Amino acid sequence: MTRIALTVNGASCEADVEPRQLLAYFLRDTLGLTGTNVGCDTTSCGACTVLLDGESVKSCTVFAVQADDCAVTTVEGIADGDELHPVQQAFHEQHALQCGYCTPGFLMATISLLKENPDPSEDEIRHALEGNLCRCTGYHNIVLAVQAAARAGA
Amino acid sequence: MSILGNRVLRKEDPRFLRGEGRYVENLPLEGALTVTFVRSLFAHARIAGIDTAAAEALPNVQVLTGADVDIGPLTPPPLPGLEQGMTRPLVATDVVRYVGEIVAIVIAEDRAAGVDAAELVLVDYDPLPTVVSPQEAAKDEVLLFPAVGTNVAGHSGSPEHDEHLFDDCDAVVTDRLVSQRMAPCPLEPRSAAAELGPDGRITAWLSTQTPHQDRLGLAGALGMDPSQIRVIAPDVGGGFGAKQLSVEEVLLLWLTRRLGRPVRWTETRSESMVALHHGRAAHLEFTLGGTKDGKVLAYRLGILQDSGAYPVLGSFLPNLTALMSSGVYAIPRIEAGGRSVVTNTTPITSFRGAGRPEACQAIERAIEMFAAEIGMDPIEVRRRNFIPKDAFPHTTASGATYDSGDYEGALDLALHSAGYEELRAAQRSRREQGGAKQLGIGLASYIEITNPVAETEFGEIEITAEGGAIVRTGSFSHGQGHETTFAMIAAERLGLPIEQVTVVKGDTDDVARGTGTYGSKSTQLGGMAAGLAADDVVERAKTLVADYFEASPADIALDRALGRFRVVDAPEPSLSWTELASRAAADQRLGELKAAHDFQGIPTFPFGAHIAVVEVDVETGQVELLRLIAVDDAGTLINPLLAQGQVHGGVATGVAQALYENFVYDDDGNPLTSTFVGYAFPSSADLPLWEAVEMETPTPLNALGAKGIGESGTMGSTPAVHNAVLDALAPYGVRHLDMPANGENVWRALQEAKA
Amino acid sequence: MIPAAFEYARAGSVDEAVSLLGSDEDAKLLAGGHSLIPLMRLRFARPSLLVDIGRLDDLRYVRDGGERIAIGALTRHAQLVRDPLLAQHCALIAEAAAGIGDAQVRHRGTIGGSIAHGDPASDLATIVLTLDAELVARGPDGERTIPAAEFFAGMFETALARQEVLTEIRVPKVAAGVYLKVERRAQDWATVGVAAARVDGHVQVGLTSMGPTPLRARSVEEAVAGGASPADAAAHTADGTMPPSDVNGSGEYRAHLAQVLVQRALEQL
Repeated sequence: MTRIALTVNGASCEADVEPRQLLAYFLRDTLGLTGTNVGCDTTSCGACTVLLDGESVKSCTVFAVQADDCAVTTVEGIADGDELHPVQQAFHEQHALQCGYCTPGFLMATISLLKENPDPSEDEIRHALEGNLCRCTGYHNIVLAVQAAARAGA
Repeated sequence: MSILGNRVLRKEDPRFLRGEGRYVENLPLEGALTVTFVRSLFAHARIAGIDTAAAEALPNVQVLTGADVDIGPLTPPPLPGLEQGMTRPLVATDVVRYVGEIVAIVIAEDRAAGVDAAELVLVDYDPLPTVVSPQEAAKDEVLLFPAVGTNVAGHSGSPEHDEHLFDDCDAVVTDRLVSQRMAPCPLEPRSAAAELGPDGRITAWLSTQTPHQDRLGLAGALGMDPSQIRVIAPDVGGGFGAKQLSVEEVLLLWLTRRLGRPVRWTETRSESMVALHHGRAAHLEFTLGGTKDGKVLAYRLGILQDSGAYPVLGSFLPNLTALMSSGVYAIPRIEAGGRSVVTNTTPITSFRGAGRPEACQAIERAIEMFAAEIGMDPIEVRRRNFIPKDAFPHTTASGATYDSGDYEGALDLALHSAGYEELRAAQRSRREQGGAKQLGIGLASYIEITNPVAETEFGEIEITAEGGAIVRTGSFSHGQGHETTFAMIAAERLGLPIEQVTVVKGDTDDVARGTGTYGSKSTQLGGMAAGLAADDVVERAKTLVADYFEASPADIALDRALGRFRVVDAPEPSLSWTELASRAAADQRLGELKAAHDFQGIPTFPFGAHIAVVEVDVETGQVELLRLIAVDDAGTLINPLLAQGQVHGGVATGVAQALYENFVYDDDGNPLTSTFVGYAFPSSADLPLWEAVEMETPTPLNALGAKGIGESGTMGSTPAVHNAVLDALAPYGVRHLDMPANGENVWRALQEAKA
Repeated sequence: MIPAAFEYARAGSVDEAVSLLGSDEDAKLLAGGHSLIPLMRLRFARPSLLVDIGRLDDLRYVRDGGERIAIGALTRHAQLVRDPLLAQHCALIAEAAAGIGDAQVRHRGTIGGSIAHGDPASDLATIVLTLDAELVARGPDGERTIPAAEFFAGMFETALARQEVLTEIRVPKVAAGVYLKVERRAQDWATVGVAAARVDGHVQVGLTSMGPTPLRARSVEEAVAGGASPADAAAHTADGTMPPSDVNGSGEYRAHLAQVLVQRALEQL
């Protein structure tokens, strides 16, 4: 076991982890933050996307030990109490979710995208989100939601 | 002012946006053991032996094999024409019939321990010859079920074969079309959990589309009374027709009963890619004939359906393909039918469209080929053959009775929305310029059947003590938004604000009965049931109000705009739902404000027209979809926002079939596309924005005027894109192209045309 | 899926990493992890010890070394994409990096990890081979410089000794360069890729996914040097190649695609 200390959604956290425990399962199983979903085993689908020191990463392809001394943000950490994050609000208003399973990953990937590129074109949005798969929406409303979030200054 | 027909944002969104989705894998289950399945690496083999010693040497690990399983086998669904002798063991005993079939069950403390143990289970296989293509299987040389004596699992449609069917035709065209095998790929892989209660009752949490039907199936498989099983489907991350009862769920319940401890299982994606049933895999052969003036006289559709290793629903679906073979055309003579055969592959079940996209793909290709043969514009050929809009109800020569439709109207709307003439001008200009990147324009007119087997759905309304309403529905939304749509319907009937209406679903202890969600039937059946139950509650409320006002119920009216009951023509006295409920509760009469309804519907027939614009790089074969214009008419739209979302998702899947996805096996039955790396599930970077155009031709078959829209998007999009690529390649002499119509398939077609 | 169990050690320096690699013959380096962890999750790779060098920030840089640009091995793909020195002197690397995987992968994956993995489908591996880059490695016997032409030994096999750590990649400043690839879907590995660049006045061409390693298209280069047109030079593309057949395409299709891309790349140069 290896001891790690990190912040998750702003709160400090220490734990002993098996080196092979993936960050996604550390968040889900050890911390009980089940918003981050595991949708594949080939780093393809992006449902597990979280922010690691502010950048989007696929938490299924990071070991928890690699997140030692880092700041992790999950979907549970982006709303401000009752008030949704502008990206969450945009997804709601544009009907950019149906079954919801891919949604946390898309939200985190979008937050990371808009931080790096606050006013992306449609092509840039699609290119930036090519690591996130959705079977329900056909992506159309997701693209609109990202554009709406960008306009709202998210 | 009715809420119906408005783009109402979803009530269920908050929990999904906040990461509080209640997927089965997220639910806490104290003391649960983790189940890991050991699955066959061979497509067809005898199991010579299974050595579990190394696995069971790990701490707290137990391994069970087929010899331990004392229930089963499962039989094929009791649908007409299916070979009931092709039974399916829950865990393989002597023979495995596809890569992915369960051969052993590992029970461990957690997921990691389960995977560690599973890889130590040593299975000794004696390989048998495999049969992967349905054409090979149909020869009955390598048999999957020697005791049955054939690989034919079912027959579909009509066996008629008139050799003179096309005698009076000036032009006859024929071709093959493979509607290729697809994996459903819901983003949530399946999960299941089961707990045996102290009273012997089992609670099961399932990632399913059909909680009530699953309960019945589980009871049957386990030899239990259904009342002894509670199924809870909490939030489910997509299903697309594939998430219905299979062997894993039965085994989970069997295990909790055997072990006396709760158990849980979540499949990995690569497990799901071989264990969750696949879709499509229909090998079609069509022949269409007509006059040189463009009138279609006869059509023959032969369907060779790949069933996979065990016949489940997919083996029956060709009956729907045959039923819908006529498409939107008035074709005087049709012969449609075929066989389903087992192969050493993952079983085939319903997948978004379930037998109907196959019919569209064939007839829309046939019409295009016929048009080319007689030298007529395919749009004109369609016009000359559409069932006219005043001809409903219309019964086709393939036996379907269509309710309402305006096929020419849909096509005209699509052509107009697409700017069709400008597109053809742009194509001409590109062709004149030459160059590697050429445009293709393709279209498809489609019809679809929803509620195809004429089912019934349950709806119940209960007024709460606070004067709100609970809607209990037997439908089961797994992304479709019923918590909003059905709340809208109930709110409208009751005169309540939608915020005060809560939809409850998925728990067989809470909802008395139901069929679940598939076949695009939920709004037209479940919505109708909820609406009629609401009407019943309003009548009962009027009786109560009448008692309180000392009037006759016939004199009581509900002002829906205000949500108040009063005597007709007298604004006061009046009672709001809240006031009525409070008073009724005090009088122990709240229970009167509850009613249920079972609504049975017959099939309805959405329709539309899709147009695709593609750019083909004729040197590399790469195809880019530039535009997809989709006119989809599913009758009255309760919530156009959600309906449009369904169209978007359906179109994406239809395009994916046309251009990207293909689940492939090698000749030994090894799956080659069993991860998201190999299987070409497209991302947003591979697809354009959709141009969804609304059209509403209500059905006369229910008071809502609603047909179903959930699968419509898959119907026209695949043939429209397929036809578009062929359109781009036509000047190069290409007449036939397999799907996915992209990349190497395009390059080879161009090479062959040159030769 | 869940990887097999392993021991974990974090290296505070390259020398410590070298030493840790020496302690276990089934040890592997962990940098960004986006080549290795996917293999471990499917249990195709089962190292007994992972030596984590991901924190060695002094291996993250892009510097102007005069004739060559020096790139620290742990520089992440996302950093390559936005680096101004690369944009100015070797844009081909920045452009290719923008197409690797997806945004999340680019936040973690490193140039060193991608190259040391020895994958014939790696875009950056093909580019460093095309540019005659120099790969700097440190091992128990000190530091050495390996020419790219000697680096790629076979499929997933490089010239790196078991205990060596790739520390720096030195690429020439190029006047012009282009990287083209064909993918089935946007997030896929290249079905084939072609790198073409003018290096010291010569046109150099490299191929992705046309054999067990990235390849130089030497016959094409000779034809160009001899004055052939792009189309005529491209006709030599498949010489000496062994394109694989898989779900992305047959060997025949790959050979055809490579030729088309070589012609287009030469036309763009």
